[in-house]
Amino acid sequence: MISLQGISKIFGAITALDNISFEINKGEIFGLIGPDGSGKSTLLRILATLLRPSAGHAKIGKYDVEVDYKAIRKIIGYMPGQFSLYPDLSVEENLNFFAHIFGTRLEENYFLLRDIFTYLEPFRKRRASHLSGGMKQKLALSCALIHRPTILLLDEPTTGIDPVSRAEFLMLLKNLKKHEITILISTPYMDEASACDRIALFKNGKLLGVDTPGGFREAYKRTLYSIRGIRPARLLPELRTLPSHCWVYASGNEVKVSTPNPNEIYILREMLDRSTIKQNYQIHVIEPDIEDCFIARMKDTYGE
Amino acid sequence: MIAFIIKEFRHLLRDPRSLLILIGMPLAQILIFGYAIKTDLNESDIAIVRMNNDKLSDLAIQHLDASKGFHVKYIWDHPSQIAEAFRKGEIRLAVVLDNNLESKILQGYPADIQVIGDASDPNTANLLVQHTQGTLRNVYREYLQKNASTPVVQVSARMLFNEENRSVFMFIPGTIVIILMLLSAMMTSISLAREKETGTLELLLVSPLRPHQIILGKVVPYMGLSLINACTILLLSKFLFEMPFRGSLPLLMSETLLFIILALCIGLYISTIARTQQVAMLLSMFALMLPTILLSGFIFPIENMPLGLQYLSALIPARWFVEIIRGIMIRGVGIEILWKETLILAGMVCIFMLLCVKNFKIRLE
Amino acid sequence: MENKEAQWSIEVENLEKRYGSFIAVDKISFRVKKGEIFGLLGANGAGKTTTLRMLCGLLAPTAGIALIDGTGVSQNPESVRFKIGYMSQHFSLYEDLTIWENFRFYGGIYGMKLSEIKGKFNELSYRLNMSDQAQRLTRELPVGWKQKLAFMVASFHNPSVVFLDEPTSGVDPLVRRQFWDLIYEAVLKDTTIIITTHYLDEAMYCDRLAIMDQGKISAYGTPNEILSHYKASSMHEVFLKIAGKEDILA
Repeated sequence: MISLQGISKIFGAITALDNISFEINKGEIFGLIGPDGSGKSTLLRILATLLRPSAGHAKIGKYDVEVDYKAIRKIIGYMPGQFSLYPDLSVEENLNFFAHIFGTRLEENYFLLRDIFTYLEPFRKRRASHLSGGMKQKLALSCALIHRPTILLLDEPTTGIDPVSRAEFLMLLKNLKKHEITILISTPYMDEASACDRIALFKNGKLLGVDTPGGFREAYKRTLYSIRGIRPARLLPELRTLPSHCWVYASGNEVKVSTPNPNEIYILREMLDRSTIKQNYQIHVIEPDIEDCFIARMKDTYGE
Repeated sequence: MIAFIIKEFRHLLRDPRSLLILIGMPLAQILIFGYAIKTDLNESDIAIVRMNNDKLSDLAIQHLDASKGFHVKYIWDHPSQIAEAFRKGEIRLAVVLDNNLESKILQGYPADIQVIGDASDPNTANLLVQHTQGTLRNVYREYLQKNASTPVVQVSARMLFNEENRSVFMFIPGTIVIILMLLSAMMTSISLAREKETGTLELLLVSPLRPHQIILGKVVPYMGLSLINACTILLLSKFLFEMPFRGSLPLLMSETLLFIILALCIGLYISTIARTQQVAMLLSMFALMLPTILLSGFIFPIENMPLGLQYLSALIPARWFVEIIRGIMIRGVGIEILWKETLILAGMVCIFMLLCVKNFKIRLE
Repeated sequence: MENKEAQWSIEVENLEKRYGSFIAVDKISFRVKKGEIFGLLGANGAGKTTTLRMLCGLLAPTAGIALIDGTGVSQNPESVRFKIGYMSQHFSLYEDLTIWENFRFYGGIYGMKLSEIKGKFNELSYRLNMSDQAQRLTRELPVGWKQKLAFMVASFHNPSVVFLDEPTSGVDPLVRRQFWDLIYEAVLKDTTIIITTHYLDEAMYCDRLAIMDQGKISAYGTPNEILSHYKASSMHEVFLKIAGKEDILA
């Protein structure tokens, strides 16, 4: 559905995207995951025909993003990174405005919006500026869907909104799958990977990998231990003396130790037993999450 | 405290553009004000009517022509042509000398001299009239070797088009110009910059809307609003301030529309440069409002400005529109006189439209 | 009694803020130990920011008491200011100043002498291995560095409490790790850390949490206590349960 070939984007001295190639299949939820400044928004803007790539080609269906931008603008729904609706217009007025500029009416594609609309209905007459963050995003999603696009490009739709609204938003996206809309969503939150069929990890404009979330976990070649029961602030300094191929970091209230050699658990246990911390702890082998995979890929790509 | 001051200075030094504005602006303003307010006159065209070929009338003509503010364009022996010359804007001032000038002065009677100014531009007119009075008094006093207290001439001043010399005549055209400029240019530039800032422009760009549709959509509401405002001011000036309305209303309305379109184009042009509302605001303020007020000739007469500023003022659309309003409303002339100003405004519209189309991007870069 | 007071870094009792009939913070009480990492969680509008502002002395409470190191915030706002540091995700360093100038400015604000600022800065830049970077403009630095420096600046005057407002949202996991290393260093020296955030993975780093909802504290305790109380496997689930939206999980 979408294919990228060697896409680069250079702004002056900054390389925002560095030779990116991958494909997105029809009807999947595809996540662009990476921290701020990793090039996610730039990539979405190139696909939305708002920026031209400095090198490479991108196609949406049979359309080239540079040559056929007019055709593409008819089939995409785009939701920019910041809230981009008219704050002084009401929910209804915003929807009608966007319906109008896409040459459609609210009623025409109402079946797409029905789910979202159950949330928005009570606020029909309210000005967009008086909506909560979560409601604003739902309204923006409605406006992006109003002309029944085949592709949705969502730039960090869940950033800055509360956890409950985030969960609702991701659920709404899942429900859209049955309408065969291809969804491209960017996010800095690694934990949102689970809402995506496939994800691409980005860092500093480079692609760290494309796979399903499960695929990333399977590709994790190291063994990961989790140590619980001791305060990370206390435990971390102790574990710093482990050999440097062991990665030691806190993750919430546990400390994770990642090692290429599973036998090192004995060194680890020994170390903990000898240490000055006389506390009960639990140590387990755990499955890596996307954050662990990201760290591993980053170290592979950039070194330590 | 000191830490804070040092920090603020550092901010200033790291942002040379703002610093330039902060230091450059007052300099520019002082210079413009200083030169524009300066009361000595540059050459204004005048006509002199002499009904008698005597020596003292010659003397008056010689001195007026030699004086720094005047250039004697016509010498007539009958006042009949004065009105037409004023209407066409050929002269700024007419001096009608007493038909018994020489005999009266030599016999010790004060001679009657009538000075007629063009009060469609009251500031200039007042200055010119005063200047004439002074010049003529001095001439004859010196000639007669009399001291300053003796009345040698009796000058009566008349303000053509504005007999009561009311300041409303000066302010109405200026107000129309400023309000239209403010509303049309500033509001469009700010409203488009706001869409840029909030990101809604991104959404509009990725929609199937064509650029001209976006621009028209932005421009039409403000055009309507500006027209309503123009009408309100005109109605108020006619019925509340009893401003004369001597020319054709359709002509005035079409000229106003032309100016509104020009202002909108300028506003759009500014918004294609400005990234944020704040920049759009500053640009409109400094690049539009100040020059409009200072250089359009509605407060400070253009004739009095140094040549450089006069050329600069030719670039200010408001200058030509002020001419047009005064022409139509006060002098009651038509397009046959005002075609030059109209053409200039139309030319400016074309230039700015081209610039806008060239600068309006279909993408974000 | 004296001793007991000394071990609490923050004591809040029946703290309330009303705006007319609207109650932004509804008689909340909690205590934070010295050297503890305490998380104040909740959706936008739940009252976290108002609470934070009252603790910093920026807003006067309509009722209740807030003590920092035993000093009443509303009674002695000036002396409390010296005890606290503040870092927000959005605003912390001046981008157009160099690293050194930023430190010099903040040190100056807190009345530190230039020699003192210099000494501490040199020690810090040695420890963080950035002596050669001191004259670089802040805007040229990578995000991770800015984040760390922002925390350093906020704790430069040795405050006993540092407030962090969504400190690590949007940074990459490695940067976040390094950032937490800094925080752990600080808490081992008995600095108290208060984090306000609605990013749940940040919450798990805290020793104890208070989850706010509509001006009230609806859950209070260590992350594990809260998880087991709500019979949830993640903080995410806890939030959905508090909001009564478990159905989304299905």
